[in-house]
Amino acid sequence: MHTFEFVRPADSAAAVASAAQVKTAQQGAEVRFVAGGTTLLDLMKLSVETPARVIDINRLPLDKIEATPDGGLKIGATVRNSDLAYHPTVQRDYAVLSQAILAGASAQLRNMATTAGNLLQRTRCVYFRDTAMPCNKREPGTGCPAITGANRMLAILGTSEHCIATNPSDMCVAMAALEATIHVQGANGARAIPIGDFHLLPGSTPNRETVLEPGDLVTHVTLPPPIAGSRQVYLKLRDRTSYEFALASAAVVITVSSGKVTRARIALGGVGTKPWRSPEAEAALAGQPANQASFRKAAEVALRDAKPQSENAFKIELAKRCLTYALQLATA
Amino acid sequence: MQATEIQSETTIKLTVNGAPQAITVDVRTSLLDMLRERLQLTGTKKGCDHGQCGACTVHVNGRRVSSCLTLAVMHDGAEITTIEGLGSPDNLHPMQAAFVACDAYQCGYCTSGQIMSAVALLKEPCGPDEAAVKELMSGNICRCGAYANIVAAIQQVRKNT
Repeated sequence: MHTFEFVRPADSAAAVASAAQVKTAQQGAEVRFVAGGTTLLDLMKLSVETPARVIDINRLPLDKIEATPDGGLKIGATVRNSDLAYHPTVQRDYAVLSQAILAGASAQLRNMATTAGNLLQRTRCVYFRDTAMPCNKREPGTGCPAITGANRMLAILGTSEHCIATNPSDMCVAMAALEATIHVQGANGARAIPIGDFHLLPGSTPNRETVLEPGDLVTHVTLPPPIAGSRQVYLKLRDRTSYEFALASAAVVITVSSGKVTRARIALGGVGTKPWRSPEAEAALAGQPANQASFRKAAEVALRDAKPQSENAFKIELAKRCLTYALQLATA
Repeated sequence: MQATEIQSETTIKLTVNGAPQAITVDVRTSLLDMLRERLQLTGTKKGCDHGQCGACTVHVNGRRVSSCLTLAVMHDGAEITTIEGLGSPDNLHPMQAAFVACDAYQCGYCTSGQIMSAVALLKEPCGPDEAAVKELMSGNICRCGAYANIVAAIQQVRKNT
């Protein structure tokens, strides 16, 4: 592991200032914040991440879960994933979020990983993680060996000719369906970013994964007030029963009245280069009878633009069935 | 950022198995390596060094964590419990006794991590059935396949507590 300077700033302003004087907050960043460290240290051991300075934010006052004035929820950046998943308000009002977090990683990792860290977790693509391999995300311009290589776990939505890496987070899929807002403190002040705008498609710059700029510190995430009467399900399909990334997953938040869908929010995981909210599927469901036929139609719409890789064409049908079944479970 | 400015070593103070320790470590030292190499607490094992196997499970401030994926310097002021701090041959922790009684290990390499994980599970929300235990123990893998007896040991302790 390359050596680094380890600092523990006294407050968020100092943390931001300590991280602001560099070229990028994206791949290749010279300064990294550490909270749980479960992604950062994993990648530092592989020399995929080589920060010259690591800023420990664990002692900043970012670890609370509180109600917001409008009846929603404010989740601090360094709240541990396990604390978030087991919080009574989350389990009662944002059940899909609790289900999604508990579907991910292991108990040990959930005790370490944080809200902000989970937002920023990196792809598991084997070429990205191996510095002996070319990788447009890690070293722009070197190529994407995954496109003609081992791509079974990689994406079918949001890909480009430069990168097909999946975003592996479960939490982010649930947060997308809950329409979360990410709050950032930066060198030029604070701003709020809807989660749908937070992660970037790879396009021709797969090294840029989020809209974060140097110095930007995620301070908290807010969720809107819970939707009365909503049914929420996170369904994760994978090769093993537990402790494995998704082949396909679906987060659904749906309200039904007199047998018709009155509101639906749908996001997919395991298949997109970013957490994949599907407004097309939501529109296809609006006002429709809440039955298997409508759900299947919405799933077809959600995967309409899916582009299979050489090893994962099965994901298209799998994702359709995953979403259909999640909707059925939610409305049973 | 110039290399000459980097302070590569730092001194941390933490409590390990009830005993206060002050150690100077390279900033890159994982909590796992600090416990094994600097404190000679070799009961905790390095299986994968990437948080994927659970053999390195210890308790930090009462919570189970994978010690390979965290830096020692991040735990200045923390209370760490390793397998050595759980019990001794003359005074086994009930979970250790259950692992012996239920034959819950073969080569023993994953066992420290299994026991530390299982003890922490007792204080976490876990459904009563085997499936719930298996789910919450899924971060500890066992190449020898002692899973059935590990689950039996845990359920035995839960029943008797």
